[in-house]
Amino acid sequence: MPSFHRKLERSAIGFVLAIVGVSAIGGFVEIAPLFTIHETVEKAPDMRVYTPLELAGRNIYLREGCYACHSQMIRTLRDEVERYGPYSLAVESQYDHPMLWGSKRTGPDLARLGGKYSDAWQTAHLRNPRDVVPESVMPKYGWLERTTLRTDDLGDHLLAMSRVGVPYTQAMIDNAPADAYGQATPDTTFATDVSERYGEATNIRAFDGDPSRVTEMDALVAYLQILGKLTDAATAKTEATGAEAPKAEATKAETGATQATGG
Amino acid sequence: MELGKRDPVTGRTTTGHEWNGIEELDSPVPRVVLFFLAVTILFSIGYWVLMPAWPLGWTYTKGVLGIDQREIVTREVADAATARAGWTDRVATLDYAAIEADPALMQSVRETGRTLFVDNCAACHGVDAKGGPGFPDLKAKSWLWGGTPEAIAETIRVGINSTHGDTRVSQMMAFGKEGILDREQVTNVVAYVRSLSGTATGAPLDADRVKAGQEVFAANCVACHGEAGKGNAELGAPDLTDQAWIYGGDAQSIYSTVYGGRQGHMPHWGERLSPIDTKILALYVHSLEGEAK
Repeated sequence: MPSFHRKLERSAIGFVLAIVGVSAIGGFVEIAPLFTIHETVEKAPDMRVYTPLELAGRNIYLREGCYACHSQMIRTLRDEVERYGPYSLAVESQYDHPMLWGSKRTGPDLARLGGKYSDAWQTAHLRNPRDVVPESVMPKYGWLERTTLRTDDLGDHLLAMSRVGVPYTQAMIDNAPADAYGQATPDTTFATDVSERYGEATNIRAFDGDPSRVTEMDALVAYLQILGKLTDAATAKTEATGAEAPKAEATKAETGATQATGG
Repeated sequence: MELGKRDPVTGRTTTGHEWNGIEELDSPVPRVVLFFLAVTILFSIGYWVLMPAWPLGWTYTKGVLGIDQREIVTREVADAATARAGWTDRVATLDYAAIEADPALMQSVRETGRTLFVDNCAACHGVDAKGGPGFPDLKAKSWLWGGTPEAIAETIRVGINSTHGDTRVSQMMAFGKEGILDREQVTNVVAYVRSLSGTATGAPLDADRVKAGQEVFAANCVACHGEAGKGNAELGAPDLTDQAWIYGGDAQSIYSTVYGGRQGHMPHWGERLSPIDTKILALYVHSLEGEAK
């Protein structure tokens, strides 16, 4: 063994080839899971995309570093499933670039936050978390409510997302600023356009309670209210899997079938 | 370079490299390191065999243990449900009154209900269930939609002004903003409303205003709040004669409410909580009433 190594490191070409060979193992280990990605990422035909306002809210979420304290991934552990809801599926973050799963929590997981609390609560909580949760250590984000949302570049954000595979249509990209405005100002023609383009299930509300202007608070609350709501894949899976023991056999067969047809 | 040269102190061979008189010993890797390297390699081979590991084109090796974390968690949740089926089955089948008459059963309901409440309800209603500005106090015995466990369960299931199809719907109109009442009338009706609950502090209420306010009240407010201002649980209209105020009971707060209207929003929990959890929560919330404030 020592003499083999001695010989190898004295041959330039041989040593380079050996380095390439060993590095390739590491590369293969990283790439290999993608071979079976059709099994890892479930199908969710009902999955909808982030609206421009929600995407803007997501960008604010990234900008303010919310992910440093809040994960967006419910793990396959009983206490998490009982507290937060069905465990997260890979498909639920297929339009997340980058994903915000996270492995550290100071605050609670947010993967299924959408619709859990009212807009009024979200706004009050961001304004000063201690107003509604006295023991909270979260910083205040009151200025979001006073900062008008920048919408003129949202078309570019949508375009960038479409380049990495998010199915935005040209109409969505072209009308992004108007749609961002419309989603936060109900009872306008802009709002009607949003539900036409993004579906009836889209939340169209004055998220911060003030329909007269679109603020960063509107965007962030719109984003928080959609978390876990882009697809029903996770709830559908839980219903199929069932909570009762006798169903376990059927579940297994079903899971197998899903996997077989998954690709 | 001088291969095979021996270091005079240790007796080991050197690598033959020499920097300003400093030479590098060609010591072999310590055996203990090699030993643990071998152990980790053996461990990984065992792991590959037992656990899902290697990709094989369109599938992967599933491992002889057949472990799937999703199945494990599903089973654990199911086992937990089975473990507490002894009392949850009785909660599911008995009616509310029968459950509340059974102290042992209520003990379990309160323990589980507490956890459900803190996980889901406490963000708005507070861990002490006493609410806050804009979020109702659940211990105040002042129920917008009825305080029976049945009514509470229904409110939890469908929410208030929520996106649920059967949602409870209620709105306090913006009497001032919409131009239905002028400022004088709003001020008068606020004085009258404050006289109903006897909460007015500071300067005594102006009797003329109270009287004028009563007329405004009779013309505009009785449809929902009732002639005596006792509210209406069918419409979610609050009782104005008690001491509980969601948006504040001082003159300024009531003025804001009458002027700008209110439309609180409680999300619906029918999709998030199972029927049994909803029933447990309703019983828990109802049991809070009996606690000392």
